[in-house]
Amino acid sequence: MWQPQLSTEVGFRFFKHSERFPVVAAVDIQGITKKFGQFEALRGVDLQIAQGEFFALLGPNGAGKSTLINLIAGLLRPSSGSIRIMGHDVQSDYQQARMALGVVPQELVFDPFFNVREMLRFQAGYFGRGPENDAWVDEVIEGLGLTDKAHSNMRKLSGGMKRRALIAQALAHKPDVIVLDEPTAGVDVELRQMLWRFIQKLNQQGHTIILTTHYLEEAETLCERVAMMKSGKIVALDTTRALLKNHAGKQLTLRLSGALPIDLQAWVKQQQGDEVVLNVTDLWQVETVLARLRAAQVSVLDMQLQEMDLEDVFMNLVGSHGGSVR
Amino acid sequence: MMKVLMQWLNPFYWLDDIVPARWRGMYTLFKKELMRFWRVAFQTIASPILTALLYLLIFSHVLEAHVKVYDQVSYTAFLVPGLMMMSLLQNAFANSSSSLIQSKVMGNIVFLLLTPLNTLEFFCAFLAASMIRGLMVGLSIYLVALCFVDVPTVHPWWIITFAVLGSALLGTFGIIAGIWADKFDQMAAFQNFVIMPLTFLSGVFYSIHSLPPFWQAVSQLNPFFYMIDGFRYGFFGQGDVSPWLSLSVVATFMLALAWGCLKMIKSGYKLRG
Repeated sequence: MWQPQLSTEVGFRFFKHSERFPVVAAVDIQGITKKFGQFEALRGVDLQIAQGEFFALLGPNGAGKSTLINLIAGLLRPSSGSIRIMGHDVQSDYQQARMALGVVPQELVFDPFFNVREMLRFQAGYFGRGPENDAWVDEVIEGLGLTDKAHSNMRKLSGGMKRRALIAQALAHKPDVIVLDEPTAGVDVELRQMLWRFIQKLNQQGHTIILTTHYLEEAETLCERVAMMKSGKIVALDTTRALLKNHAGKQLTLRLSGALPIDLQAWVKQQQGDEVVLNVTDLWQVETVLARLRAAQVSVLDMQLQEMDLEDVFMNLVGSHGGSVR
Repeated sequence: MMKVLMQWLNPFYWLDDIVPARWRGMYTLFKKELMRFWRVAFQTIASPILTALLYLLIFSHVLEAHVKVYDQVSYTAFLVPGLMMMSLLQNAFANSSSSLIQSKVMGNIVFLLLTPLNTLEFFCAFLAASMIRGLMVGLSIYLVALCFVDVPTVHPWWIITFAVLGSALLGTFGIIAGIWADKFDQMAAFQNFVIMPLTFLSGVFYSIHSLPPFWQAVSQLNPFFYMIDGFRYGFFGQGDVSPWLSLSVVATFMLALAWGCLKMIKSGYKLRG
């Protein structure tokens, strides 16, 4: 019998949900590579995402996030390796794998011939869902604030409404695993918040959510685990909390009456005039800094302690050329 | 009033409740493709009917007194099956090819590629919708032409056989072209440099017996000739070649194209990277 290889964190999720879910990873990626000619877009990616997780896939442009999403969705074929969705291989058992998957594409694509409700019914129909699924379609329409536009042609919707309709299409067949590829790109704050409320509700109902985003504060707020990609590889994979703890720490900004003692120079992140920024990993180190300053008879004129966020972790891990982050 | 409007927009609504669950995916794609051309029926149905009738009017006016192809068959009557088949073939091709190229260019083909539809379901749904559009156009031309000219139907089963096979062959051709083409320009080239010459040089407006021997031989290499000749045989009981030969050629082409098309879809050619 196939046994998923699980990280500690995934195991934790299984333990938490063991009564609700069987022990099969929602997404199990093993040794995936993808080449386009000579260019290697993915270079051996291994990743397991547990059922019910809210997972973020981060990385700069060109890191390989969309390629990985397209491989999960079966839109691309891997050069090597395998991907399973809810235990079903996306190549050899593609019908079952796709039944379990809903993907929101990054681009605003739509069929100009039909209205929102028709498109959702068609999308559900492709997955074998008939009129019995209409109640769910109505729920999705209402949940995404599309009720007023249900009979509007897709062409006539604003960008934000088109984005909602795209998300609704991915949900039309009620998939177990929902992949959102940059769903909030170009979306206003109100819609973004409404969208996340709806997605969080789906997650609470047991759906697995995989998100790629450039808005790192979204990943920090919503996602339990984060994978960071760079040049076709995963460079960090951990819980959001652990990533912040291990890679981010805190920044201590001081304005001093004199020069910084030599034994504190190793902690300096940035220095300009009498202002110095120090990296500290824990609060007790602040007291160490202050003690050494007192010993060196340097007074503190001003002090600020700042928690670093996921964006700082991202920049630390993928480098300054890491593309646009907001 | 609203219900009548909805039924006009979706004339196939009554099928929704009776389709078995295992066929629902294919049925949904088939229905979507039907509704797609039905929504623009002026362009997809009315326009080719008008074009065919203009051909009929002009050619019959100019040539009726000068051309006699078969005994006891007027030139205008001779033209009707040819124009029917020409429009049927062109519209069956246009339905699947335009739907696929539009979906590819606009990017919404992704919604189909994400579904569990298998190769055969994908193929059959596009094919069936193309056949229905082609057959609707062909039948409409026949019904309108009956207002102007008497067209006999000597062998109705031959008519049905070649209409169904012809629409299937060009519907399949359309799927292949729709998958192959990356832009509208390539599709237009396919239509103008392959489909149009093969149709016009297949004996729509003439019998190949009126051609010099060399061009007669060339015409017999054109599979479209057999579709039109077999179809015309069904109306008049006369043709340039035996209807059995036509049936063999058309059926062989159909099987070969369908095999190639299924291989193309299964391999993900130009659909999945």
